[in-house]
Amino acid sequence: MLHWLRRPKYASTERRDLPAGLWTKCPRCGAVTYTKDLERNLKVCPTCGFHHRLSAPERLAQVLDEGSFQETDAGLASGDPLRFDGYAAKLAEAQRATGRPEAALTGFGTIDGHRVAVGALDFFFMGGSMGSVVGEKIARLAERAVDARVPLVTFAASGGARMQEGALSLMQLAKTSAAVGRVHDARLPYLSVLCDPTTGGVTASFAFLGDVILAEPGALIGFAGRRVIEQTIRRKLPAQFQTAEFCLEHGLIDLVVPRGQLRETLGRLLRYFGAPRLQAATPAPGGAAP
Amino acid sequence: MKVLPERDRQAEARAAALEAQLGEVQRELAQHRQRAGQAGPPEADLLRTLEARAAALREELAGLRTPWQTVALARHPQRPKAHEFLAALVDDFTELHGDRAFRDDPALTCGLGWFEGRPVAAVAPHKGRDTRENLAHNFGMPYPEGYRKALRVMKLAEKFGYPVLSFVDTPAAYPGDAAEERGQAEAIARNIMEMTRLRVPVVVTITGEGGSGGALAIAVGDAVLMLEHAIYTVIPPEGCAAILWHDATRAREAAGALRLVAADLLALEVVDEIVPEPAGGAHTDPPRAFDAVRAAVRRHLAALDGLPVDELVRRRYAKYRRMGYYEERP
Repeated sequence: MLHWLRRPKYASTERRDLPAGLWTKCPRCGAVTYTKDLERNLKVCPTCGFHHRLSAPERLAQVLDEGSFQETDAGLASGDPLRFDGYAAKLAEAQRATGRPEAALTGFGTIDGHRVAVGALDFFFMGGSMGSVVGEKIARLAERAVDARVPLVTFAASGGARMQEGALSLMQLAKTSAAVGRVHDARLPYLSVLCDPTTGGVTASFAFLGDVILAEPGALIGFAGRRVIEQTIRRKLPAQFQTAEFCLEHGLIDLVVPRGQLRETLGRLLRYFGAPRLQAATPAPGGAAP
Repeated sequence: MKVLPERDRQAEARAAALEAQLGEVQRELAQHRQRAGQAGPPEADLLRTLEARAAALREELAGLRTPWQTVALARHPQRPKAHEFLAALVDDFTELHGDRAFRDDPALTCGLGWFEGRPVAAVAPHKGRDTRENLAHNFGMPYPEGYRKALRVMKLAEKFGYPVLSFVDTPAAYPGDAAEERGQAEAIARNIMEMTRLRVPVVVTITGEGGSGGALAIAVGDAVLMLEHAIYTVIPPEGCAAILWHDATRAREAAGALRLVAADLLALEVVDEIVPEPAGGAHTDPPRAFDAVRAAVRRHLAALDGLPVDELVRRRYAKYRRMGYYEERP
């Protein structure tokens, strides 16, 4: 939950270092790429393969079939239930900076022709943190997947729970996990994609409850922050710690998929799970109370 | 869903000032005590005055009951620990060990026993009372295998139709490299999901510290009770202050901002009932604290007994589904 604040802010690098964002410098290898070319390359550095972070709209645009997205629950907006100092101002600033109302974007769309309920978190909106609105949108999305009998696909990018909503944000772990439980009860597939970074409360809830868990190369994925762990164990951690590749090696995720192959991989998995045919096939088990 | 009333910032500021004064008096006391051996009656008089001053400050502080004082009470070294509540309430307890995959986690006590004559499964972190005990039980901070053991025992209860009693007092899930390697996030996520749909009654009591996801992984229930001076929070106040203001010493302020005390959590509908503590806190009279929790657990179990299982699970889902605060525009 802590470390994303200290990570380099790639978006601002793009915007400030070079005039008018025409060119983008890679934070890993330093190569300068014409921004249009970088976007054509799905925002993956052509020189070193570094995956730049994507906003939620960029993410869905890359992975969904063109023009297939229909947003749901767009009218949900955060309040300030704790009257937490500075929260209202931070929310307003995030809305201004991203042009989005909240950190989650959800709806229906198709991937390679397969209809899915799909959601993406936006790291550029308050670090993709999960407060009541993000939790509610993910929970509704999961319920909509059950109602429509379509697979659930989520793209996580989050520093964790939104501490400005206190224990209410912690309860979103329970809310989203319960809703994802309904998807499993209904025997519908849930594909969870972990993007850079996915940490804290989002990992400890819906993001790690997928039938198949995928991640982008180099993505930071973990529950506790690196700094907190280093203070606890009084040792420096290797650079590789809590990367997608580290998680794959330790058996925590199924696949590390480069962005260029993500859509095809999701399509292949959706085809495998037989998304259209499942509808009539298996009844929900007894546990699935309505 | 409601918005909390404004914090009592005056009381928080007053408490901060009082604590600063108390610190000052205690420093003076320490200095004078060192010299007290050699000095005569004037020194002894001064000592008495300072001691009286310190006592008065402590008393005024106790009367203020700010969130930061509640944090101190919840973490009080003499406070009865969750596993002691378990031991007091659950008779004939058989501890069960291990997650059947990696090892037994001594930070979490799990097993079977009897609550007032009926079989139950029970879960509680083990915080120690001294350094030796704390080291042996990792300060009550579980590893993934601890959560997996707890889930195994809860599923055992489900198999036989026994209720689950969970007593919660943990600073956090253990933040270590080995815990991450073994899937701390997944273990917590799975526990949370499985507890939302466990087909037996689950009664949770937050007895001390409810530390974020590490607590929630054993704290999803039909009834969630909270002791009067317990805390339940998404992040420790120290961590919150470090992130927000880059200054962990402003934890007092963060404790106020996080609204982590029982009254606020009841108002936010995160917990269902506050269990009153003996005056001064549970540590002043542990048996009375045990009795109060026992009575509350009995009452909630009795109410849950009458529900058909599908209705029980439906209500639990609806309860967590409601949590949160947002506005909706068409």
